Amino acid sequence: MIIGSLKQIGRFSLETLSSMGRALRLLSFALIRRPDYRNIPLVIRQTYQLGVLSILIIVCSGFAIGAVLALQGYTQLVRVGSESALGLGVALVLVMEIGPVVSALLFAGRAGSAVTAEIGLMKATEQLASMEMMGVDPVRRIIAPRFWGGFVVLPLLALMFSVVGIWAGSLVAVDWLGVYSGSFWSVMEQGVDFFDHVMKGITKSIVFGFVVIWISVYQGYDSLPTSEGISTATTNTVVFSSVWILVLDFFLTLMMFEL
Amino acid sequence: MTRNSIVFDNVSYSFGKKEIFKKLSFEVPAGQTVGIMGPSGTGKTTLLRLMGGQIQPNNGTILVEGKDLKKIKRNELFELRKCLGMLFQSGALFSDLTVFENVAFPLKEHTSLSGEMIRYVVLIKLNSVGLRGAAHLLPRELSGGMQRRVALARAMALDPKLIMYDEPFTGLDPIALGVISNLIKDVGSVYECTNVIVSHDIEETARISDLLYVLSEGEIIGQGSPQALRNDDSPRLKQFLNGLPDGPVPFHYPAPEYMDSLIGGKNTKRIIIKRND
Repeated sequence: MIIGSLKQIGRFSLETLSSMGRALRLLSFALIRRPDYRNIPLVIRQTYQLGVLSILIIVCSGFAIGAVLALQGYTQLVRVGSESALGLGVALVLVMEIGPVVSALLFAGRAGSAVTAEIGLMKATEQLASMEMMGVDPVRRIIAPRFWGGFVVLPLLALMFSVVGIWAGSLVAVDWLGVYSGSFWSVMEQGVDFFDHVMKGITKSIVFGFVVIWISVYQGYDSLPTSEGISTATTNTVVFSSVWILVLDFFLTLMMFEL
Repeated sequence: MTRNSIVFDNVSYSFGKKEIFKKLSFEVPAGQTVGIMGPSGTGKTTLLRLMGGQIQPNNGTILVEGKDLKKIKRNELFELRKCLGMLFQSGALFSDLTVFENVAFPLKEHTSLSGEMIRYVVLIKLNSVGLRGAAHLLPRELSGGMQRRVALARAMALDPKLIMYDEPFTGLDPIALGVISNLIKDVGSVYECTNVIVSHDIEETARISDLLYVLSEGEIIGQGSPQALRNDDSPRLKQFLNGLPDGPVPFHYPAPEYMDSLIGGKNTKRIIIKRND
């Protein structure tokens, strides 16, 4: 029984190490074999597929979260007469924390899973193999454009999320709850520093974008060429991406505040 | 001296614990149409994957157009593949591209031809497989046989030196079968292209091949011209060519005794079916 358990642990460790090795190999290929000038349209197409088509979900979620933050913040701050700081609170929470994290989670669910399923299906139907046999490198033609497209769009989506969230916050706070608009915007302007706050949020979303799109392309490329294999890979993309986003968020925040 | 397009020298290949090929050696002469036949599960598709460098043998040497597939670098392998064509068993068409775009794909990737010239070439290739009128359709709008004909047009798009066909005659109606087999033969003779056909269709493959190899249990059990094979007295070869169930070539996948499987004998793994599965 003990030997059996040890064997299972050993097998699991070897499989995990081997999977990590394959993921690193694919990443290095995607970085080395960047799309050349002929493949720029492919990157633009992926930017559209992964970014533009995600805008609706990002805008709706950003609006809802910004509005909720303003409502929640107002009910607490009004008790101590500090509702003028509401704009600052909403902006800091969105720009530094919720914007990058929630947009990355949404991106993993909408775009990451789509990338995994698409690549997995191409593998299962031998489209990647046929491309290889035509002398066309699937890493350069399929993987790299999705990798670079996804990597570029997430920081932009996160910024959009924060901007829409702040706007929704102002609608709730200023136009609905009657917070003085001058104090709402001026306190925010004084308190939010571009390098100290906005850049930290952008840095987070750059890291999240890199990790989510890496997981997505790897899960698709390494999936078993069966319907169950593609289903498992798609689930793995969402689960692994979500966990990594939250874990990395903790460590990035720790580093940024130099605690 | 005859130049060889493909040389297999003592090639062994295993998948997991199963040995697929045992020290396999054979040659495919340049410019000839070579048929490779054998029972199901004997590794014919695996053989094509070895020829295309998609998998590597455990032992032995494979030379394709003079290049040792084990020694060449990845970029050299991709360069070599530009002069190879392969028809996959499933067709493997790009599902998001139309029939026209599928055939145009290798031309766009590997040539500097103008758009108008690519259009001419694609229409010529599609016309040769009888699907010029389907150029605007997506692969999902075609039948399986038609998809394979498009895949054939795509494999021939660059007029490669060597074309490998994995079951090219499957799913074709009698008219398409005749046209496609003649097309394969003509491509070989007109463009001096080497054809390697992996197929179960003994009659059709023998009709257009200059040389046949018959594989069974990881080794070659017969080779020669179609006529020479028909005259061969080897019992294994006779059984395969005449489609007989009993003989030295096993029909069954390796398994314990039939009775043991049914009643769950000592060395058998009893399969239990739960009704709610």
